[in-house]
Amino acid sequence: MRPPAPDRIISRADLLQRRLGADLRDRLVAAIYRDAAGLAEGRVSRQGGRGAGFDRALDRIVTSRLWGLPIMFVGLAVVFWVTVAGANYPSQLLAAGLFWIEEQGARLFTALGLPWWITGFVWHGTYKGLAWVVSVMLPPMAIFFPLFTFFEDLGYLPRVAFNLDRFFAAAGAHGKQALSMSMGFGCNAAGVIATRIIDSPRERLIAILTNNFVPCNGRFPTLIMIATLFVGASVPAALASAAAAGAVVGVVILGIVTTLLVSAFLSKTVLKGEPSSFTLELPPYRRPNFGHILYTSMIDRTLFVLWRAIYMAAPAGAVIWTLSAITVGGESLTVVLSNFLDPLGRAIGLDGVIILAYIIAIPANEIVIPTILMAYTGASQMIEITSMAELYTLLVQGQGWTLLTAVSLMLFSLLHNPCSTTILTIWKETGNRKWTTVGALMPLVIAFAVCFVVATLWRLVAG
Amino acid sequence: MAEGRTSEELRPWLGSLDPDTTACDYAIALAGNPNTGKSTVFNALTGLRQHTGNWPGKTVTRAEGLHLRDGLRFRIVDLPGTYSLLSASVDEEIARDFILFGRPHATVVVVDATSLERNLNLVMQVLEITDRVVVCLNLMDEAERKGIAVDHAGLAEDLGVPVVPTVARYGRGLEALMSTVTDVIEGRIATRPRRLRVTGELQNALDELVPMIEELHPGLPNARWIALRLLDGDYAVRQALLTGELNRLVEPGEEICS
Repeated sequence: MRPPAPDRIISRADLLQRRLGADLRDRLVAAIYRDAAGLAEGRVSRQGGRGAGFDRALDRIVTSRLWGLPIMFVGLAVVFWVTVAGANYPSQLLAAGLFWIEEQGARLFTALGLPWWITGFVWHGTYKGLAWVVSVMLPPMAIFFPLFTFFEDLGYLPRVAFNLDRFFAAAGAHGKQALSMSMGFGCNAAGVIATRIIDSPRERLIAILTNNFVPCNGRFPTLIMIATLFVGASVPAALASAAAAGAVVGVVILGIVTTLLVSAFLSKTVLKGEPSSFTLELPPYRRPNFGHILYTSMIDRTLFVLWRAIYMAAPAGAVIWTLSAITVGGESLTVVLSNFLDPLGRAIGLDGVIILAYIIAIPANEIVIPTILMAYTGASQMIEITSMAELYTLLVQGQGWTLLTAVSLMLFSLLHNPCSTTILTIWKETGNRKWTTVGALMPLVIAFAVCFVVATLWRLVAG
Repeated sequence: MAEGRTSEELRPWLGSLDPDTTACDYAIALAGNPNTGKSTVFNALTGLRQHTGNWPGKTVTRAEGLHLRDGLRFRIVDLPGTYSLLSASVDEEIARDFILFGRPHATVVVVDATSLERNLNLVMQVLEITDRVVVCLNLMDEAERKGIAVDHAGLAEDLGVPVVPTVARYGRGLEALMSTVTDVIEGRIATRPRRLRVTGELQNALDELVPMIEELHPGLPNARWIALRLLDGDYAVRQALLTGELNRLVEPGEEICS
């Protein structure tokens, strides 16, 4: 007797498969899990050992459907509150010290008989850029990063991914995108690289294109500062820090919501497909190692970001000083350029200088605020700002900033195009010019659209 | 279970850094969930006799090495860490295909004694494919610390394959593991792997398909699993049946060691 031909077996299997129904795999998997659970129960005994029971109880709370997200956002708010409240005074001290050095340096150069433009370029351009970056960014970073690293060391981040998983699944994206998104809070370029953990090319691309919608290290100082100056100032002093922290948390939540919305949009249009399943392991909680936290947050994060900001800010400071020093028809180039950009800026609640700063700051988001300040104060150095209060006065009375400007700036900072490092990383990771362009321009379009709508509505309501 | 053996003692003397792993007596696949200490087991067994490359056509790293024991050369292939073998991801596909088509002489599944339930899912799936399995119950020290006791003899009875408790980090139990693996390969230990009990229509479908497959490929060790995969619409298995590649599964390990 001849054995059955392979294709006969296949066609028979296909017929039986149809008869058994489409959920066979689910039923098989469920049966395996039941069997495994039964076996484990019969052969494992627990004698109130320490750790496991506590971990489980803790996980039941921090990953519960009801309490998981509120706990997460309250924790985030506390971290920002500590950052805002704690960074204020050291920032002022640093600013005062560093600007005193600028004055002395400039005086020394003048005494040495160096031409005015060298003094300006070195001290009022390059050095001033550095001084602003250091005094505005260092204190918040030195507080924020250790706190963030503490939660990371504790093993909390996988729980965050767990809490967000169902939202990503609903958006048609991969649950692991919650992890690459968390990396994006550190640095979007790192977040884009972290999407390598996602196997499916479709879901990976979604994760890459939307990573930019969570604020990175470089943008947090901007957000924290603007929130402190404006949101904090619009409520009673006792509540200032809390309100500022609340505003930053609001921006973070908005960033996550945008990530989900854009992911859902992409997965229903150009990147159609079903989300693939995955298993996320919740590792045991570990007692954080304080030496490790200090090292990671201070050396790897704070100093790294600060260094990057410094070597990006120095050239930007030089550029803005040069633009301010060169005059065309009686007006400096800064003024000419920002006047040109002004209508565009006003339409979205900002102004021309801010747009110009964002163009100069494409290499690094860290230097947006310093660039704006240098452009406002200009080459003439008529206004010397040495404290946060003077800064507020300059922005509100000198440049006419309002709460709308602050809100628009925070929204724009959250949504706008990624920095050049991230764009380059997207290109390296996708190897595709089209997707790189989408990754760079889509956020910019969204940023302009959202800011325009907010500014228009704001003006309608506020009259 | 060997007591007090350190990985240093088990580690063969420093040999060539890029050994010819194909010149071997037995090939062993190392499977397991992520974070079970599978790599620790691999490193302890192979020492410096390792080389890494990529799985053919994939970007996933493939590590393999040699373990020398009682004059025998064991080729040990470290599979990607996975939670299942349903080929939902590249890693799972690689692990599944190697256990199936690579035809190792034995498969060691490294499991985390502190979370047995989740780890057993993979063990059960491996047991569906092959009967030459040894379970390496790792991280016994962590389980002890957490007050978790595992009745490994009872578990071995349930699973129908040997279960060897280990603490790979300190090399504990690895000697027993390898001697058990050798016993399974050389037939001194007979296994009776636990298979998923199915009922009703599915059982009828299997009753119909399994004899057909066995008739086509007499001596196939896992006809039932092949039938299950066909019913689940598994593309790779379907192709293997159509191209006759399944016939190669009849004799394990005949090509993997030269």
